[in-house]
Amino acid sequence: MKYSIFSLARAALSGHKNWQRTWRDATPKDRYDVVVIGGGGHGLATAWFLASEHGIRNVAVLEKGWIGSGNAGRNTTIIRSNYGLPGNTGFYELSMKLWERMEQDLNYNTMVSQRGVINLYHSDAQRDAYARRGNTMRINGIDAELLDLAAVKKMMPFLNFDNARFPVQGGLLQRRGGTARHDAVVWGYAHAASALGVDIIQNCEVTGFVRDANGKVTGVETSRGRIGAGKVGMAVAGSSSRVASMAGLRLPIESHVLQAFVSEAIKPLLPNVMTFGAGHFYVSQSDKGGLVFGGDIDGYNSYAQRGNMPVMEDVCEGGMALMPMIGRVRLLRQWGGVMDMSMDGTPIIDKTPVDGLYLNAGWCYGGFKATPGSGFVFAHLLARDESHEEAARFRLDRFRRGAAIDEKGVGAQPNLH
Amino acid sequence: MRIVCPFCGERELGEFTYLGDAKPQRPAADASEDAVYDYVYLRDNIAGVMSEHWYHGGGCRSWLKITRNTLTHEISTVEPAAGAGAAKVGA
Repeated sequence: MKYSIFSLARAALSGHKNWQRTWRDATPKDRYDVVVIGGGGHGLATAWFLASEHGIRNVAVLEKGWIGSGNAGRNTTIIRSNYGLPGNTGFYELSMKLWERMEQDLNYNTMVSQRGVINLYHSDAQRDAYARRGNTMRINGIDAELLDLAAVKKMMPFLNFDNARFPVQGGLLQRRGGTARHDAVVWGYAHAASALGVDIIQNCEVTGFVRDANGKVTGVETSRGRIGAGKVGMAVAGSSSRVASMAGLRLPIESHVLQAFVSEAIKPLLPNVMTFGAGHFYVSQSDKGGLVFGGDIDGYNSYAQRGNMPVMEDVCEGGMALMPMIGRVRLLRQWGGVMDMSMDGTPIIDKTPVDGLYLNAGWCYGGFKATPGSGFVFAHLLARDESHEEAARFRLDRFRRGAAIDEKGVGAQPNLH
Repeated sequence: MRIVCPFCGERELGEFTYLGDAKPQRPAADASEDAVYDYVYLRDNIAGVMSEHWYHGGGCRSWLKITRNTLTHEISTVEPAAGAGAAKVGA
């Protein structure tokens, strides 16, 4: 199935009744060259890059539920590459560049919208920190603009500029940042990977690893039987510790719950993605009109996919501080996702100490924007047995080596990242 | 989630701060690098019943040891964390 203006016109003439499934719901074969555990954005992207970049097409993606049923369908859809630390800066820009060509690469409308991401600053010190981050981005060839108060007022005249405690002083803007349609990203990678021969297998929960006499992983036990594999890659953020424990591994990760929220639909208001710098609140407006927003993780270990009231209150207070008029808007939905919170707030993409088992984990609550980049570098690792240069610092042993990448600077306390 | 503090009674979650798994024990000063790495960075990350440390900063400022299910948020026991900076408890 190839999408084009002609296929759209054909379908329109037949009343849109002849659209076909965009990917194959496969049944498992006995063996694959590579088995990817996890049918979220990262797992499907990995499979697609294995097939398209490395010519490895005998690949299966195993998903215990339905594809996109985890965090790929639970995030706030923000894409950006405004990171300041070596390791992160280059990697997220690699991902940003892949977002910019994703729809052409996949032949799928993922609704990538580069509407801009602005981080507001509220003090002189924060302005200096943002200026430094913006300069770091520009040195690395990434777009960044430091806006003063007048420029922010012109762009978003509806903000509360009379906040005496946290006055808006300006913002750091990345115009290439924005949003993408999260479900379409999952379906787009499934569409393109399936077309290249990748088997996408749903309702297939991994229950154990098959190991040979030397301890090498040679397959997985699943709820749909044993599946042999040349290599096994894990892309199960949220459940990484649980899956890794089946191979006897303990990870530098805690699972925490992050909530997200959407309001009832209102007329177009927000021109971009905006973050409040004095609390933790980020917001954009979906094409349907709802305000999509979130804040901090709840702060305690959880696999429950639901959060509690104190964080909800905190997030809404952040929103009210910036846009008091949204107090009249009703909250439509609220949900929670389980985050792999790593010990430095940075992901892990590496071989594991277990031969044949590869790890893609620790995305904290920044995994969505990384989807294409994560798939690209994980496929590189699986195909070539060496880290991609832009992921060379995301090593599992970096904590032991004292080479943590701690963007927030809070140390080994996962609920503070 | 609401927590029944042994000193203050039932209180809302916002009064409490989370530290984490109560199982890791600080290694002795002359312990190996491996033991320190294990203590600082590695976690069991239990999916199920877990013993953990919470701080009642919005109340009696005691450290508490709470048994809680990470799959359901159900709390089964709350007791003072002996010695861990408890405001009103002897070690």
